[in-house]
Amino acid sequence: MKYLDEYRDGKIAARLVDEIRRIQTRPWVIMEVCGGQTHSIVKNGIDYLLPQGIELVHGPGCPVCVTPVEMIDKAHSIARRSGVIFCSFGDMLRVPGSDGDLFTIKSEGGDVRIVYSPLDCLKIARANLDKQVVFFAIGFETTAPANAMLVARAKQEGVRNVSVLVSHVLVPPSIAAILQSPQNRVQGFLGPGHVCAIMGYREYEPMSARFKVPIVITGFEPLDILQGTLMTVRQLEEGRAEVENEYSRILNREGNRPAQKLVASVFEIADRKWRGVGSIPKSGYKLRWEYREYDAEKIFDVKEIDTREPDICISGRILRGIKKPHDCPAFGTLCTPQHPLGATMVSAEGACAAYYAYGRHLKLEKEEREPLVSLGGAA
Amino acid sequence: MCLAIPGKVLETFAKNGMQMGRVQFGGVVREACLEYVPETKAGEYVLVHVGFAISRVDEEEARRTYQVLMDLRQLTELDVPEVEETGRNPGDTRGSA
Repeated sequence: MKYLDEYRDGKIAARLVDEIRRIQTRPWVIMEVCGGQTHSIVKNGIDYLLPQGIELVHGPGCPVCVTPVEMIDKAHSIARRSGVIFCSFGDMLRVPGSDGDLFTIKSEGGDVRIVYSPLDCLKIARANLDKQVVFFAIGFETTAPANAMLVARAKQEGVRNVSVLVSHVLVPPSIAAILQSPQNRVQGFLGPGHVCAIMGYREYEPMSARFKVPIVITGFEPLDILQGTLMTVRQLEEGRAEVENEYSRILNREGNRPAQKLVASVFEIADRKWRGVGSIPKSGYKLRWEYREYDAEKIFDVKEIDTREPDICISGRILRGIKKPHDCPAFGTLCTPQHPLGATMVSAEGACAAYYAYGRHLKLEKEEREPLVSLGGAA
Repeated sequence: MCLAIPGKVLETFAKNGMQMGRVQFGGVVREACLEYVPETKAGEYVLVHVGFAISRVDEEEARRTYQVLMDLRQLTELDVPEVEETGRNPGDTRGSA
């Protein structure tokens, strides 16, 4: 439970909440598409502070969560081979595939290493010329410039014993997929701040116009999220549908041009499967043909693996804003961060894992909501 | 994992033809690639994501964001040991030779 005065500026928070309450005339459903924002919302109870009728739903903003099980199984198949040093960001090691996780493979003797930066793989490759170093290149647009640099530098420096297993996804196509669904109930979006620090937000403008939906690029601090929510509600109440930038202290419309340029030289747009959601056209990156010798899928000839999520798991509907973690009968019982059944529980930034981490499986949402609403008014 | 962590650039240098910097995050100093913010100078603050500076920020923004990330327990990636030029990762008991 969080009180307004715990925020760095409780008075500003209270004013933002009051302003949302003042202008709101009807219920609105707003989705954030950034795992960091989801985490911040749940930790700080921001959804409980908002007036009744302003519902925050949690989109597919966690790259670890949406990495398909098939890709995780491919990673495991490669990591198990002798002569391979398999490198990954730490977040991926705990994510279970069809048969165990990377920690298990490491404990069974596989050479699995957590790296801080993709560039670490170059150092490891240069020092282990008899080994093939494979990096699990996952992430959204924020991470793509780092992963692209690894590939570009490997080629430039002639490092041949490094390759990447690419599972890169892009935010705008996922928003479009949500809006195109007949079941869609999302009316406005908080756009992902650090993704747009790289990409800018030009590409969100045609989507906002086409689907008549406000998109407010927002930071992840509690006040950012309240301010972004206010800007979204204001647009909805005024019947506007524009892209606005709440996070202008960090990013502008153009984004980071040098990063975009390198990403475009190494990767090209490809269809990608999203865990819990399914295949979305043109929703990710694959390596350009010029860099095919760095493609771990080609080097290792990994088979397509067919997997199936448990029927009980509703993570696909949670990621599209149709359901909340509490709506799932397995939440907190059969499905926990230790034994995740689906996308939204496998990483701390997933909606189910965040709800679980902050004890929301222990109480019903309605019971918890009451005192917080009155707090918002009193502060 | 899409969040970038603010830090202070202590020094900039070229390495293997890349513009790099030593960046301080709280008590930890890490190497970061500055190729995407090439105008960065020592003494300035940058947002760093997986070893790459992606944006410059002012000191006040850096200080506040760092505190928020700490509250959110989103600084764990800084615990991953830096890989030495020999390819040895101090946290890796398997060694690499």
